[in-house]
Amino acid sequence: MEEKDFFSKSADSKYAKRIGKFTRVKESAIKFFFAVNGAMALIFIILIFIFLFKEGFKALEHIGLLDFLFFDRADASGIHQKVFEWYPTSEEARYSLVPLLLGTLLTAIPATIISTLLGVGTGIYLSEVANPKLKEFLKPAIELFAGIPTVVLGFIMLAVGASFFNDLLNPTNRLNAFVASIGLSFVIIPIIASLTEDALHSIPNDLRMASYGLGATKWQTVSRVILPAAFSGVSASIILGFGRAIGETMIVLMCAGNAANITADIFLSVRTMTATIAAEMGEVSQGSDHYYALFFIGIVLFTITFFLNLAAEIIISKMRKKNTF
Amino acid sequence: MKETKIAVKDLSLYYGDKQALKDINIDIPEKRVTAFIGPSGCGKSTFLRVLNRMNDLIDHVKIDGEVYIDGVNIYDKSLDIVNLRKNVGMVFQKSNLFPKTVYENIVYGPRLNGIRDKKLLDEIVEKTLNQAAIWDEAKDRLNENALSLSGGQQQRLCIARALAVEPEIILMDEPASALDPISTAKIEELIHELKLNYTIVIVTHNMQQAARVSDQTAFFYLGELIEYDRTTKIFTNPAKKQTEDYVTGRFG
Ligand SMILES: Nc1ncnc2c1ncn2[C@@H]1O[C@H](COP(=O)(O)OP(=O)(O)OP(=O)(O)O)[C@@H](O)[C@H]1O
Ligand SMILES: [Mg+2]
Repeated sequence: MEEKDFFSKSADSKYAKRIGKFTRVKESAIKFFFAVNGAMALIFIILIFIFLFKEGFKALEHIGLLDFLFFDRADASGIHQKVFEWYPTSEEARYSLVPLLLGTLLTAIPATIISTLLGVGTGIYLSEVANPKLKEFLKPAIELFAGIPTVVLGFIMLAVGASFFNDLLNPTNRLNAFVASIGLSFVIIPIIASLTEDALHSIPNDLRMASYGLGATKWQTVSRVILPAAFSGVSASIILGFGRAIGETMIVLMCAGNAANITADIFLSVRTMTATIAAEMGEVSQGSDHYYALFFIGIVLFTITFFLNLAAEIIISKMRKKNTF
Repeated sequence: MKETKIAVKDLSLYYGDKQALKDINIDIPEKRVTAFIGPSGCGKSTFLRVLNRMNDLIDHVKIDGEVYIDGVNIYDKSLDIVNLRKNVGMVFQKSNLFPKTVYENIVYGPRLNGIRDKKLLDEIVEKTLNQAAIWDEAKDRLNENALSLSGGQQQRLCIARALAVEPEIILMDEPASALDPISTAKIEELIHELKLNYTIVIVTHNMQQAARVSDQTAFFYLGELIEYDRTTKIFTNPAKKQTEDYVTGRFG
């Protein structure tokens, strides 16, 4: 065929079909709609971020950075003493975040440990042991559990759990870090369980077959192949759970006793950063030192959870890349 | 003919209500290569999995009949399936190495058997990699991720990993189907050497391959064993019309 011939035929070839104008407009309208939605979400996050940091940094003008660590008290004889106290309403206002930080850790860390044991165990059960029918029912049920308003969980712990543990363990304070961390576990176990199940489920079945084919038992397969292969996903789920434990408010407010003790004793009352903001924000006058101090706590919380979530995101996206072999 | 290693009696298998294998009777001899051929979906892989009870891992599978290995019915209720799989190794169509190092992949099986001694494990690694004809390519890469090897190397590593458990029987499900001609030739050569010590059952879609590597060939069609005989007979003078049509490429 002549070359000229070849090109002149192109108009009525079946490859010559063009996209209609309406289709093109529709496509771009849809794209625009989602772009706006995405942009809005991003803008709100940035605005919150700016507001928080703007207000929070004013705190540094009103209260020095060191004052958030300790209060320097000089007594009559001129001897200086460092006091780690949160006492913003006193004559001699003290703004040390140390007891609040300790309170947060003393509730969040035990909660994360308990939830890791039970949550990862549940995830393994769902992914590797439960038969498909049972799993189909259990997984949504567990995820639903994560959606129970935390005030309800807090209330149950306050009304029933606290008394139960009081009789059982006879703690120093009836409401204490331990009771709060049990309450927190109810929120975090479902998170860790669900994400662990996802991570294990994403491991290709070929690997299980390879392991069984070599004469491994189910438990050997899970512990030597599946869990190591899903290690990053499982650790990301634990980090996310920890972040949630630090950020959770209602349960710790209701169950931890709210005394800003400096302690490592899990059976003593503690006060967390979140509970402090929730309990005091309603009563401060806007623009006071106390008001800005609460914002500063907000920044600290925001930064901690931001970096925990970031770490988890990075680990998860690495895992996704690795799993595409 | 050599002594029988595996004897299958009246075996039927159902996936739910669907029958995938119908009354299979076959004797597989010791230290020989037996090939399973037949069109796609005829039940070759399913039957291979019957021989090391991998089908037990699939839901809703029901099996009737008996399979004897060295005279023991492996479908006996009290049989230790884990022990069975240690003696009946399997190589899969798609290489399925663990995302671990070459070394860790090989010693996975021996470690399951309680071998902890580092020197002994080293010996096993060298021996099995040699057996699988991949020692020269892999000896400097023992601590690299096994998934960084080429497809053909990975498949030979899978064979080495299976050998490390010291099975008597090796089941291979289209071990070379995803490989280039050179890797395929290496695997076929390997099968030739392995049959001195192992009983090998291989599923293949490649007629020439079946003709080259196997001593006897079984032709399956729609879940039935149509014909089973010496490979030369199957390929030159089959008794059944269906077999002839299939091996001459007239259908399937
Ligand atoms: N897990 C399963 N659940 C239900 N049916 C299955 C399952 N595995 C296989 N089958 C069915 O059993 C029949 C035999 O499948 P099998 O995989 O054994 O065939 P095959 O001969 O190995 O085919 P191929 O050559 O394509 O690998 C097919 O009809 C298939 O659809
Ligand atoms: Mg198959």
